Amino acid sequence: MFVFHRVGWASLCIHEYIRKKEVRNMKLTGAAIWLECLKEQNVDTIFGYPGGAVLNIYDALAKHSHEIRHILPSHEQGAAHAADGYARATGKVGVCLATSGPGATNLVTGIATAYMDSVPMVAFTGNVGSPLLGKDSFQEVDITGITMPITKHNFMVKDVNQLAHTIRRAFQIAQEGRPGPVLIDIPKDVTADTAEYEQQPPLPVQRSKKSIPDYIIEQAAELIQGSKRPFIYAGGGVILADAMDELVELAELLQAPVSCSLMGLGGFPGTHPQFAGMIGMHGTKTSNVAATQCDVLIAVGARFSDRVVSDVKRFAPDAKILHIDIDPAEINKNIASYYNVIGDAKKVLRLLLDRLEHSELESKDDWVTELKQWQKTYPLTYPKNNGLKPQFIMERIYELTKGDAVIVTEVGQNQIWAAQFYKYTKPRTWLSSGGLGTMGYGLGAAIGAQIGRPDKRVFNIAGDGCFRMNCNELATAVEYELPIIIVILNNRSLGMVRQWQDLFYDRRFSQTTIDRTTDFVKLAEAFGALGLRLERTEDVDAVLQQALDARRTVVIDCQINPNEKVFPIVPPGAAIVDIITEE
Amino acid sequence: MSGEGKRHVISVLVENQPGVLTRVAGLFARRGYSIDSLSVGETREPDISRMTIVARGDDAIIEQIKKQLDKLIDVIKVVFLPAESSVYRELVLVKVKADPESRASISGIVDIFRARIIDVAPNSVTVELTGDQPKIQAFVDLMEPYGIRELVRTGLTALQRGDEDISLDD
Repeated sequence: MFVFHRVGWASLCIHEYIRKKEVRNMKLTGAAIWLECLKEQNVDTIFGYPGGAVLNIYDALAKHSHEIRHILPSHEQGAAHAADGYARATGKVGVCLATSGPGATNLVTGIATAYMDSVPMVAFTGNVGSPLLGKDSFQEVDITGITMPITKHNFMVKDVNQLAHTIRRAFQIAQEGRPGPVLIDIPKDVTADTAEYEQQPPLPVQRSKKSIPDYIIEQAAELIQGSKRPFIYAGGGVILADAMDELVELAELLQAPVSCSLMGLGGFPGTHPQFAGMIGMHGTKTSNVAATQCDVLIAVGARFSDRVVSDVKRFAPDAKILHIDIDPAEINKNIASYYNVIGDAKKVLRLLLDRLEHSELESKDDWVTELKQWQKTYPLTYPKNNGLKPQFIMERIYELTKGDAVIVTEVGQNQIWAAQFYKYTKPRTWLSSGGLGTMGYGLGAAIGAQIGRPDKRVFNIAGDGCFRMNCNELATAVEYELPIIIVILNNRSLGMVRQWQDLFYDRRFSQTTIDRTTDFVKLAEAFGALGLRLERTEDVDAVLQQALDARRTVVIDCQINPNEKVFPIVPPGAAIVDIITEE
Repeated sequence: MSGEGKRHVISVLVENQPGVLTRVAGLFARRGYSIDSLSVGETREPDISRMTIVARGDDAIIEQIKKQLDKLIDVIKVVFLPAESSVYRELVLVKVKADPESRASISGIVDIFRARIIDVAPNSVTVELTGDQPKIQAFVDLMEPYGIRELVRTGLTALQRGDEDISLDD
């Protein structure tokens, strides 16, 4: 009995050895190699849409559905935004897949969105078979040409022997240094051809390639040490580098106010007494005044976008700018800096802290008093008129979720209200299209975020215009039983553009009134979601709670006033200090 | 001479991948950098090409051009080749109208410039000349009165003077 048992065990071992060896070194089709390479990268979820050019890939997926979960959206754009939202919410690489031609072009907006916000993503597209390339074949498009300026890099794989290496390299490129999307285009015959495949561990991913010389940290530290009025401007790089702890430590050591760019929200606790609010066009007056009056401005993982800086000449005019970024090309691109440190934000801040901890710093008492005074004089607030207030809805979502939700937004007024009136205390809880400003981003991204973070409550804060753009993905949220709560701040208009027409174009409301007859509650129900309507301030808590308790996809149609505006706002061409705080 | 700012000669080592020229050219077009000329060819290693780009811009723009080029995955190395420490050369082919009377005087100028006549036809000669751009311009100016039928130039190419090279080490 014992002997038999031993023999059985040994033969099992040999069998297992042979099986493993077969996987490790055997001929596979391109489609199978593609799948094995995803497994190498620990990809367990992808967002894709089938089509003729990716039939072989979908055949491989069907055989491995227990290993890789495939989420099918309504539209390839939804797949791209979902992969983006998944990546932003989890920190992992988002993966999307589309067929050739229109499938590929439908990814484009999502890829561009990810590119502008430095989101690690790998997008796969099928293409027509190699012999048909360049002949204007059915569903052929030059997607590597199209996406060249909106990807960190892209590839077309014309030889199945190059496929595995290309995929490994793509995942490395997407994550190393400043992250970004990478596209791989695979002609159909390459997915059918066979090649030797040997399993390999993922290529190492280095956040920053170069070490930082001591003298650089020394000089940066000296600049900071001499500052009486330091100011910290934090961007999305803080979140990508997971540098919140170091940022808080530095801010507290320096007693410096901290402002975040839109992308930086969640990189510094919104509840911290030194948090001055967002900076720039829709920032707080406190942030904009402090930035204008500081003597040293420390930018961490931020790129001085036009939405932050407005008039470059009048931005932080008295400050020496210390720019910390992982991307050397950001230094002196939008604004000239006094000194810079190239590197991963977490690493640079740690080195600076080590150097500064035992040094003598200037007294900041006057500066701290001034900051407190500004915070008191210029609170972020809103008039309690016009009925149901979008700002109030955001405040209540914050209270009811105890600030623990993931807030995804569309673009426009909804986005700014969500940025201003919810306190982001943790990284990766605020997902918004900052750079490209993509209307229609939110629902797809919320789906990706909820799939990546099933433990979190996910909200999509939308306007009626944005929601209507890509509401097809409601079907996806319902299908996968995602308890996303879509809050439509419904002003029956394209609010942000309308607001500009109101303030700067003599109230000529050109094509921004979209008073359509769409009944969003019935629409939600038609998709199989729960539809709720919110009209009165006193119902806000009850309706939000009902949505939270429903544990299914919910659409809340919040009827707000079309004249509701986003404030503060820096008028076009003005200095940020000249921000308008009310009508 | 078009564009604003000083002229800079930039030497770029790139992976010899499909689309690499488009990536570099597209970068210049997209970001609005002005480019005077671009020449490209293989290095000793067939999988690495070398581009010589002549670009114009103030210091801030030139700094951005280098950094943006460095970000391209296929770009291996970017160096500036300043005039004082580099040799610049360009090749030009000029087809000049030439009848039996004018042929001798054209030939005289060709000799002075150490150019070469590489094709002779009943009514024209084709001249090959290499040199830096002022020399080429001077030659072209002298050919003008005879009547230039066609002219083609390669764009500038350049190397560091002395023992320096664009090694891949640092």
